[in-house]
Amino acid sequence: MAFLELENLSKAFGTHNAVDGLTLGVEKGEFVSLLGPSGCGKTTTLQMIAGFVEPTAGAIRLAGKDLLAIKPAKRGLGIVFQSYALFPHMTVTENVGFGLEMQGIAAAERTTRVGETLELVGLGAFSGRFPRQLSGGQQQRVALARALVIRPQILLLDEPLSNLDAKLREGMQIELRQIQRTVGTTTILVTHDQAEAMALSDRIVVMNHGKAEQVGPPHEAYEKPATAFVANFLGKTNLVNGATVRPERISFATSGLAGTVRTRIFQGNHWLYQIDTASGLVTVIRQNTGETMPAEGATVHLAWGQ
Amino acid sequence: MRAAPYLMSLPALVLFAGVVVVPLAMTVLLSFHDWGQYKGIEPVFILKNWQEVLGDSYFHEMFWRTFRIAFFVTLIAAVFGAPEAYILNKMKSPWRGLFLLVILGPLLISVVARTLGWALLFGGNSGLVNKALTGLGLISAPLPFMFTETGVIVALAHVLMPYMVLAVWASLQRLDPQVENAAVALGASPFTVLRRIVLPQVMPGILSGAVIVFALAASAFATPAIIGGRRLKVASTLAYDEFLNTLNWPLGAAVAVLLLFSLVAIVWGANRLVERRYAQVFA
Repeated sequence: MAFLELENLSKAFGTHNAVDGLTLGVEKGEFVSLLGPSGCGKTTTLQMIAGFVEPTAGAIRLAGKDLLAIKPAKRGLGIVFQSYALFPHMTVTENVGFGLEMQGIAAAERTTRVGETLELVGLGAFSGRFPRQLSGGQQQRVALARALVIRPQILLLDEPLSNLDAKLREGMQIELRQIQRTVGTTTILVTHDQAEAMALSDRIVVMNHGKAEQVGPPHEAYEKPATAFVANFLGKTNLVNGATVRPERISFATSGLAGTVRTRIFQGNHWLYQIDTASGLVTVIRQNTGETMPAEGATVHLAWGQ
Repeated sequence: MRAAPYLMSLPALVLFAGVVVVPLAMTVLLSFHDWGQYKGIEPVFILKNWQEVLGDSYFHEMFWRTFRIAFFVTLIAAVFGAPEAYILNKMKSPWRGLFLLVILGPLLISVVARTLGWALLFGGNSGLVNKALTGLGLISAPLPFMFTETGVIVALAHVLMPYMVLAVWASLQRLDPQVENAAVALGASPFTVLRRIVLPQVMPGILSGAVIVFALAASAFATPAIIGGRRLKVASTLAYDEFLNTLNWPLGAAVAVLLLFSLVAIVWGANRLVERRYAQVFA
């Protein structure tokens, strides 16, 4: 029996099935991502676990106990919202300490635990600031600290990095992963960003139309996509002679499928090619190793392990 | 070219000067003129009116009453108006519009008509309000509402409530709905969410609503004139009487100017307080 169990979980808004019979088990300490396009039901699933949305059918069990029978305020889950939802009229310390205060924890212990958690997220020096005096990345850390300080049974992350710029996001991904490893909290991340899901998770759940299309480790889902939707959602794919081939698996060779380079785009660490072949347009990604690469208009041969 | 914006705002400036600044300056000047029963207004510069207004306990009582009424009206408007706005904000689509109309409805009716309505409700010992209160067993003998401060406060609070509701509603709209969820998830009870999370965030709205309501209540004329009558005067009805009954325009002008200046001072002070208290958090 898994730590967190979703059994046949469904939510209908009118006639629209936002979540449609989702069954999922999450082990203790695991980092699982719900991944999918907007409207796939991932956020609704998270909100049902949090208790903000009531399921139409199905069950949620945490450590064997029926979670749906417990009020949202009593579930003891840590949630990081997309908008961070910090309390604007409270300082960083007061924000992070709020959950402990609600649990009736004495001021002295509160101070210690808030201090520790702020150190963990690297905000030790900002305890007296108000949220609007912090950058987006710092606000994000406060939201994370506020969720972690109550030592939640589960940490729920709702698109936590989507409001950050690309560079900051990458840094936060690494940090989030490290923090989760350090504290060992079971974590569920909701995201539409496949790179983020793959970078962070032990397992990903690719969702579409309220259903799980595939559940598995990121590498497995990427290499062996169960459906065409998963294959497309987890990265670029080519359909060559009925077979799906990832662009980075195709290399230039002396023989093989012949074609001409239509476009060549330099993207720093790699080259992105579009090749006209007898079996259609093929996308090819080649690592930038410093070698000279075929120019636009050149004739090339494509090879990949079959 | 630099002069163009000023030239374009010139008509509005002339209008403003003509209808606000000039009459105001003339009223201030008027308050320094002399007046006598038989000689009428003498355009001299004396401090007699100001000494009277500032020194006489009759005027002290009048101004004290004016601001006491305004204070309680503001308090009632805040205590009822803020929850009203919160509930309104929680309502779903068709109901919200309907109840917003109910709340703003009074603004569409003339103050005089509304106040006369209250006079009918209050009127005498057999007034509807007294009948209802006795019927509910809340009071044993009828309460005097007409020509009392209580009556003026109740009627003014009703008249000015929409301003408080609108001010609080505007600040509620800026609230991130997820913030309440965040507090709930951290274990806060509904009451704690209201007291610790929602209330502090709408406090600037309540305070700016309070400033509007206070200023309008302190300078209200029709309601105190009808409900308070001739027995219960406030600053504005006093100024009116000096102008139109006693015909002592200079004294009336001194009362009016003092009311204006004390209101400006109170409103300005309150604004400073709000800005300093909440600058850290909002802005």
